[in-house]
Amino acid sequence: MLRRLTRWAVAAPAALALVAGLSACGSDDAGTAASASPAASSAASSSALTVFAAASLTETFTELGKTFEAANPGVKVTFNFGSSATLAQQITQGAPADVFAAASPATMKTVTDASLAAAPTTFVRNKLEIAVPPDNPAKVDELKDLADSKVKVALCAEQVPCGAAAIKALDAAGLKVTPVTLEQDVKATLTKVELGEVDAALVYKTDVLSAAGKVTGIDFPEADKAINDYPIASLSKAPAPDLAKKFVDLVLSQQGKDVLVKAGFDAA
Amino acid sequence: MVLAVAGMAFLVLPLAGLLVRAPWSTMPERLAEPQVLEALRLSLVTATIATAVCLVLGVPLAWLLARVPFPGRRLVRALVTIPLVLPPVVGGVALLLVLGRRGLVGQWLESTFGFSLPFTTAGVVVAEAFVAMPFLVISVEGALRAADLRYEEAAATLGASRWIVFRRVTMPLIAPGIVAGAVLCWARALGEFGATITFAGNFPGRTQTMPLAVYLALETEPDAAIVLSLLLLVVSVAILAGLRDRWVTSA
Repeated sequence: MLRRLTRWAVAAPAALALVAGLSACGSDDAGTAASASPAASSAASSSALTVFAAASLTETFTELGKTFEAANPGVKVTFNFGSSATLAQQITQGAPADVFAAASPATMKTVTDASLAAAPTTFVRNKLEIAVPPDNPAKVDELKDLADSKVKVALCAEQVPCGAAAIKALDAAGLKVTPVTLEQDVKATLTKVELGEVDAALVYKTDVLSAAGKVTGIDFPEADKAINDYPIASLSKAPAPDLAKKFVDLVLSQQGKDVLVKAGFDAA
Repeated sequence: MVLAVAGMAFLVLPLAGLLVRAPWSTMPERLAEPQVLEALRLSLVTATIATAVCLVLGVPLAWLLARVPFPGRRLVRALVTIPLVLPPVVGGVALLLVLGRRGLVGQWLESTFGFSLPFTTAGVVVAEAFVAMPFLVISVEGALRAADLRYEEAAATLGASRWIVFRRVTMPLIAPGIVAGAVLCWARALGEFGATITFAGNFPGRTQTMPLAVYLALETEPDAAIVLSLLLLVVSVAILAGLRDRWVTSA
């Protein structure tokens, strides 16, 4: 009995030490995974460009990145896509990024306030749409329908740009919607619709287009009251400032605009 | 010795970082926000229920794996550890595909009972139990394999029924293993993030546990995130330390 007791006494502090580690890694998954790749790329030569961009820019910026690599032989473009707020935090904590493209002026302001970027330019605008599963089980066809308590609605959390825009649009319409969930970014919100777990969600028009038929988008007039400006800036501590400027120029060029407008963004 | 100290530092330094950067002056008012206590209460309640669920289902499973030889036992043992190697977010998606409104089992749950798990507190418990159960099963199975079978055999030859053998001989033999497993299980459930936010979503008071609140606070207010993290850490360490004393003295 005594021997078993001591064994447990020895094991317990070890278990406690594990607790600290476990709870830390549990809550930190997303952050470390996202920051790992740019850190690795910064070790490479100066022909590497690291772009931090909002999750809603995933498809368009990936395409523009390929265009940029083709036009600048030997240059490797690495992207870190995620919630703009998270990216802004990573940049202020010293993540080695060259360019930041955010989904809201508020998240860009975090970076400019820390004097890490100057004079961001608005390059596109994005509008909200109601996304419903293709069979539209709750028969949603206007914003008002989301206030029905029988309709399961997913919104973005107010801390991220799409959530802030959703609140603005609902306020403009004078509606009170009780969502079943407040998701951490727009892609997660969209996924809940794609899987049919909710009847409707407010996401960007571009996300509905990128889901290619897996969800149906419904325009609503109040969306005009909650248009999101997307600012882009090269960062003052950029490891590759020349490439950063070139990339921003590409995004602002006619060629860049064409790619973005084709994906559903409104030209700035 | 040097390596041991380095290992210790590696585990403790992040905690020190939290303490150094904590906004002590605004701490009381931040802690007084109702959402904070709500998230803490939800975390403690769901982690405890999840641990209870894991005990009820996990101890028999561990017993099966340790004591009953059957074909494919190795495969089953490997399957049990799947939640350990699976990224929690993937686990959450898998749960949605099975228990979601359009999932294999979830569809039937909804049409038969009008009940769906995602976005409910029960969904949080399911996500936490899924991710945490392997810790309990592995720990209890190890204890069962280490326990000397001859004690049980001796008790049986002396006329003890199977239930008496289990309760009076097996249980006391493996109790430390069960406690250690339950502690790990509870701790893992308490820190669960990925599977919870994917399967149960995030809504204050219903599915927003502390790790989810920390993650969202980090988006706009890193100071608030630090306060929440410290609170979770202090409460969980206090509870576990309290339990340990109880168990060591009463065992």
